[in-house]
Amino acid sequence: MNSTAPSPVRAGDPASQTADAVPAVDVKGVTKRFGATEVLQGIDLSVPAGATTCLIGPSGSGKSTLLRCIAFLEEATTGTIAIHGDPLGFAEGPDGKRTRLSPQAIRTVRSRIGMVFQQFNLWPHMTALGNVCEALVTVRKMKRKDAEERGMAQLTRVGLANRAAHYPSELSGGQQQRVAIARALALDPEILLFDEPTASLDPELTGEVLNVMRDLASSGMTLLVVTHEIGFAATVGQRIAFLDHGRLLLNGSPREVFGEPRHPRLAQFLETYLDRGAATLL
Amino acid sequence: MSLDFGLILKQMPDILSGLWVTLWMWIVATLLGAALGFLVAVGRRYGPAPLDWLLKLCVEMLRGTPFLVQLFLLYFGGPFIGLRLEPIPAGLLGLTVYAAAYFSEIFRAGFQAVPKGHVEAADMAGLSRAQILRRIILPEMTMLVLPQCVNMAIVLIKETAILSIITVPEMTMVIGAIGSQQYAFVDAMFLLAIIYWVLVEICGFLGRLAEARLSKFRFAAS
Repeated sequence: MNSTAPSPVRAGDPASQTADAVPAVDVKGVTKRFGATEVLQGIDLSVPAGATTCLIGPSGSGKSTLLRCIAFLEEATTGTIAIHGDPLGFAEGPDGKRTRLSPQAIRTVRSRIGMVFQQFNLWPHMTALGNVCEALVTVRKMKRKDAEERGMAQLTRVGLANRAAHYPSELSGGQQQRVAIARALALDPEILLFDEPTASLDPELTGEVLNVMRDLASSGMTLLVVTHEIGFAATVGQRIAFLDHGRLLLNGSPREVFGEPRHPRLAQFLETYLDRGAATLL
Repeated sequence: MSLDFGLILKQMPDILSGLWVTLWMWIVATLLGAALGFLVAVGRRYGPAPLDWLLKLCVEMLRGTPFLVQLFLLYFGGPFIGLRLEPIPAGLLGLTVYAAAYFSEIFRAGFQAVPKGHVEAADMAGLSRAQILRRIILPEMTMLVLPQCVNMAIVLIKETAILSIITVPEMTMVIGAIGSQQYAFVDAMFLLAIIYWVLVEICGFLGRLAEARLSKFRFAAS
């Protein structure tokens, strides 16, 4: 980290953390190596409950990998992650050694997390409602009728009640992503993770997904969003974490992070972002 | 020359019995072959590494040698290892095993073609490995491999003709014999060609029907 950076906020600076007793997600010293490449180089991040935290940063900065580690779709090479205080995947003993938890314990902690993917990942052989109800029936053992009632409520919440009987191939990208959000919501997660939820959408379909996310954010759910939508991050995000080259450079409120004076690396990132935006206008 | 099917068609009961043998052996070998091929693909994907190698070796041998040679080895070589089979059981076994080798490769590719993200989404939703296999991977794979399975079924219906050389009384053997007796061998072969072609077209039509039914489940572009 650049010690001469003019930014008022530093990653890991206790003053920049909310006073909340138990964070929704507590990432401690997480590294992730793929072969010789160290994608995450020691991340400490605490995600406050009941707020929206946005992870931003250049491509390849490790933000998606961090999110996937928090979802336990990837296993952190070192470090620990806790969900509302409960260790996920690995627990750290008093001697600092990591031990792997039982599959049952992993499943229990993980069931409190929902995930929305960049590629939507709806199951193509099920209708929108079928996608939303699948885990309610197979995992939560709900009666089909009760599951469908709950599924319809979630589809209504994302404005797609009239598309319940449609298959994913019959829906637009934006609609598919909203179904994916309903599918995650149906399981009543405490934390909802978004991995670049609008990155595979046409610009005109991005809005409908961001609107749903805005509603969720204002409902007080804990959201952790990896996004390239800087506007969304600045207006909806209550916390902004800026990653670069596998390190957490900044972590604070939008005002702290985006306000002047800016961290030079962030300024550079935002500039290329504006360049790209300007390029599309020409 | 002029073709005259009259002499051959007079023996309709024999022809129908040959057609029946061809049809049932084809359908049974295709279904059993697909089931066995599926088990092989599952074994190779989820089983221990040595099982994968062993099955791969078997598949490679079956795909690397002509069906005719395999059938000869089974029917004439079998007795040397105590495997003495009548023509029909030998033909059915040979065709099933041959089909299984190809079907296993179709299913193996199908497993690989199911997007990783669909499995991750199921994993995040809390589905167990068995539930993911049953509820997500199998149905998705079915839509992906259906065209190749129909294609394989078409290949197999034509391979049933080879069963005639171990004296299975199927259509090629019956009609060929009638043609020889009536001194109308070319006519007989021509008639055979037409019947096989019609069967293949019917099979292809049914396959397209099934594909059309599944088309709305096709992968959404994203």
